[in-house]
Amino acid sequence: MSSEFQRLTVIDLARHYGRRKALSQVNFSCDAGEIIGLLGPNGAGKSTLLNILATLLSPSRGRVEYGERTASEGGAEIRGRIGMLGHDLFLYPELTARENLVFFAQLYGLPDARMAAGAALTRAGLADRGDDLVSGFSRGMRQRVALERALLHEPRLVLLDEPFTGLDQASTAALVARLRERQAAGCLLVIATHDLEVADGLLSRAIYLKNGRIVGTDSDSRGLSERYRLAIQ
Amino acid sequence: MIGSFFRVAWYVMRKDLTVEVRSKEVLLTTLFFAVSVVLVFSFAIVREGRAPDDVAAGILWVAVSFAGTLAMGRTFERERYNDTLRALLLAPSDRPAIYVGKLLGLLALLALVEIVLVPLIGLLFNAPILAFPGRLAALLALGTLGFAAVGTLFAAMLVRVRSRDTLLPVLLYPITIPVMIAGVRGTAALFQDTPDLPMAQFWIGLLIVWDVIFITLALWTFEPVMTE
Repeated sequence: MSSEFQRLTVIDLARHYGRRKALSQVNFSCDAGEIIGLLGPNGAGKSTLLNILATLLSPSRGRVEYGERTASEGGAEIRGRIGMLGHDLFLYPELTARENLVFFAQLYGLPDARMAAGAALTRAGLADRGDDLVSGFSRGMRQRVALERALLHEPRLVLLDEPFTGLDQASTAALVARLRERQAAGCLLVIATHDLEVADGLLSRAIYLKNGRIVGTDSDSRGLSERYRLAIQ
Repeated sequence: MIGSFFRVAWYVMRKDLTVEVRSKEVLLTTLFFAVSVVLVFSFAIVREGRAPDDVAAGILWVAVSFAGTLAMGRTFERERYNDTLRALLLAPSDRPAIYVGKLLGLLALLALVEIVLVPLIGLLFNAPILAFPGRLAALLALGTLGFAAVGTLFAAMLVRVRSRDTLLPVLLYPITIPVMIAGVRGTAALFQDTPDLPMAQFWIGLLIVWDVIFITLALWTFEPVMTE
């Protein structure tokens, strides 16, 4: 069976931490070429949902289907088709940008890790800074390396947690362009963000989360701020 | 499949050692701490160049276990700073391979600490460290492996827990008591005035059993523990 799934389906998903319900009755789907936005205040359950989609957390109830298969059925093969950019960037500051990328390329079993890392550095616009330690990079530069790290293995499902935080206008525009390029390539993208200004016009669909529940969905992402206010209040 | 497992473990270990070579943070703090423990005990216990029987073995293992606990906490702390543990767990490899890589990195650091500790114990406590070097090395290697195998699993489990620094020794020491007893008694059997080789051999055998049990349990539980 091919691992190039066309659809991500979330069915009756719930996650409890003891008696606290982080997520309840979450249902939605995402098709190839769609960018789904998870919008909501702090503590709404966006990161928990992303972690479950990334197979890093097991749901307390319900399931996530990647095409026809769940994470436990697909195992490492499904994980190999997921790329995630976390809020904390997932980079080792003591390593150079190239060493970080080579390390993750090797973990993903890419045939020529050094070449893949070199190409990723070029895409990040950091080919000349590849041998500098990541600890010396600005937030925007780290974010660019982190995004390319997440996309190194050309994942089918791209999960991004607050990807626009701390970026200047140029870096934000470059990130948006890269996301649109992955969208055009048929990837499924799920973005958790507070940055409604950037998300406006970028998303194929917005899902509003509050207290772990979906309180609204929206397929017109223009004028997002106003509808976000209406949905969340 | 097995080749891929050990390849990933090797990448993780090499990455940990590269980070350590750059920062020297864990090695220096661990080494300084372990040497301090041995020196303090030697000032307190050694009189006129002689230490009470069996003390050297106990102090060696106290220093190894304290230093090991410190190193375990720090190596996983690094994975927490930028949430890199999540990136490791996302990789399409067998997740226990990450555990094995972290364990190998920790063992390499502790081996360096022991290379300094053992001669120091020999010097300060007049312990016959060169009488049976093969058996002493086997006891140290197997004891450290058992201790680090449990500690690496617990350190990974506790990486996102706020009170991890308190909980790690609280969980680790009771469970690794059999390893510590085997290490201390086996080493004492080698260090005593009339070495008891069959006894040392018995404890080496017991350490092998404990290591197999601990590593099997750790490999089995690592993935569910990290994703629940």
